[in-house]
Amino acid sequence: MQGGVGTIGRAGVPALLAPRTLSLVRAAVFALALVPFSLLAWRTFHGHLGANPVEAILRFLGTWTLVLLLATLTITPLRRLTGWAWLMRLRRMLGLFAFFYASLHVVAWVWLDHWFDWRAMADDVVKRPYLTFGFLAFVLMMPLAATSTQAMMRRLGRNWQRLHRLVYVIAVLGVLHFVFHKLAKNDLAQPLIYAAVLAVLLGARVLEAWRRRQRTVPAPRRG
Amino acid sequence: MSYRSRLNPPASEITPEAVFLHRRALLMAAGAAAAASLAPARAQGIAPMPLPAKPSPLSVVEKATPENLVTSYCNFYEFGTDKDDPPRLAPKRLVTRPWTVRVEGEVRKPRTFDIDELLKLAAMEERVYRLRCVEAWSAVVPWIGYPLAELIRQVEPTGNAKFVEFTTLADKSQMPGLSYPVIDWPYTEGLRMDEAMHPLTLLTFGMYGKTLPAQNGAPLRVVVPWKYGFKSAKSIVRIRFVDKQPATAWQKSNPREYGFYSNVYPARDHPRWSQKTERRLGEDIFSRRRPTLPFNGYGEQVAALYAGMDLMSLY
Repeated sequence: MQGGVGTIGRAGVPALLAPRTLSLVRAAVFALALVPFSLLAWRTFHGHLGANPVEAILRFLGTWTLVLLLATLTITPLRRLTGWAWLMRLRRMLGLFAFFYASLHVVAWVWLDHWFDWRAMADDVVKRPYLTFGFLAFVLMMPLAATSTQAMMRRLGRNWQRLHRLVYVIAVLGVLHFVFHKLAKNDLAQPLIYAAVLAVLLGARVLEAWRRRQRTVPAPRRG
Repeated sequence: MSYRSRLNPPASEITPEAVFLHRRALLMAAGAAAAASLAPARAQGIAPMPLPAKPSPLSVVEKATPENLVTSYCNFYEFGTDKDDPPRLAPKRLVTRPWTVRVEGEVRKPRTFDIDELLKLAAMEERVYRLRCVEAWSAVVPWIGYPLAELIRQVEPTGNAKFVEFTTLADKSQMPGLSYPVIDWPYTEGLRMDEAMHPLTLLTFGMYGKTLPAQNGAPLRVVVPWKYGFKSAKSIVRIRFVDKQPATAWQKSNPREYGFYSNVYPARDHPRWSQKTERRLGEDIFSRRRPTLPFNGYGEQVAALYAGMDLMSLY
């Protein structure tokens, strides 16, 4: 399905874009991914964060981390669906933006919420499942961000892909972090939306793997 | 602060005109949508009106949280689980007149009280109390009401009355949150008889110099300042005296995390978060959490109620 130059994907969009068009698309996605950050900065500066500003900041950053994480995971199935190979050129950027928002989320937690009270934080991470999940997800994101460069891809070769499959674990942990946070108040409507989207995205991969297997094993065994 | 100045709250405590007019607009929209005859009935419950009260010596000497924050950051799940659902929905949906409260159970004189009767039952006091939510945030609110004990005396509890149960209104036509099984509706809460009779326990009709806004539990609620906020039931329609400890809404929904007593007790963490510190509403992003005080700082007045009880297991 990965077409060469000139191949047309779905909806008349080419599978590959001219370098110039691709740069424009990438610049647009970059700007778009910064919109939430700018919005938060504006609200913080103008005091428009409501009664509990620290909580508002934490939730805002947490939400956008999850959104970008899911957006990153949407790229591959969407490429398969549409044949737009150029989508792959956006994946790393989206993944790094997810890491950017996750880092701000953690900084806000360490600094604004806990004022570097390491003991209280460590205590919380160990005792509270939602924090254990969130903490693990962030720790696992770090090696992926660190090995996101072309040079690292070359250096790690096949292991790069193996390592980066951790993103599935990270996404599951991230959604669990949200689910367990809301569980105390029996308020699962929002986290379940994220869980459903993640289930679809992971399901698409399972389906693809199953299809590939069907193709490579032409005569299925019977009985 | 003098009695006079309490009656004439500073400008900052008065509902901004825009907000008031907005409520009026919502009201008119509601009136137009509903049958015309319903509109006047709705009118009375919606916009908070001045409610004079004399200051109480039981008030804490702390700066009150800005009113607009207390009225915009609300847990009132009958209107939705987000903090901004109740302020958005309750003012235009909750009909607070006519309103009656059934007082029954182990009492010699069970009665149904009309809200206007209750408003005149005893002298209104303004009590500035700390409010500590189980979610680890806090506020300081100038409530208006009188001790619940005043009402309890009217109905003459029998010797079998060991606990009091409060029931919040549960009307699907007014409360969209009831469509979600977050809680086994109606919301119920309870107190032990001595807790209910305690002078700090306030039957509350107003705050910030006015009647309660819908999202804060209009037309009447209870306020128990040494317990987590969810113990202070809102928009009460029934008060029942019983001989056994009643099941309460949060305890039923999650017995591992919520108990009957729910005293503010920093030594006992909620399983999902620490209760040692709290964040005061309205403080800027660089202010730190403050330590949570046992019984929310009311230990001197209420610790004796729990003498000999293990509050780590009876949470």
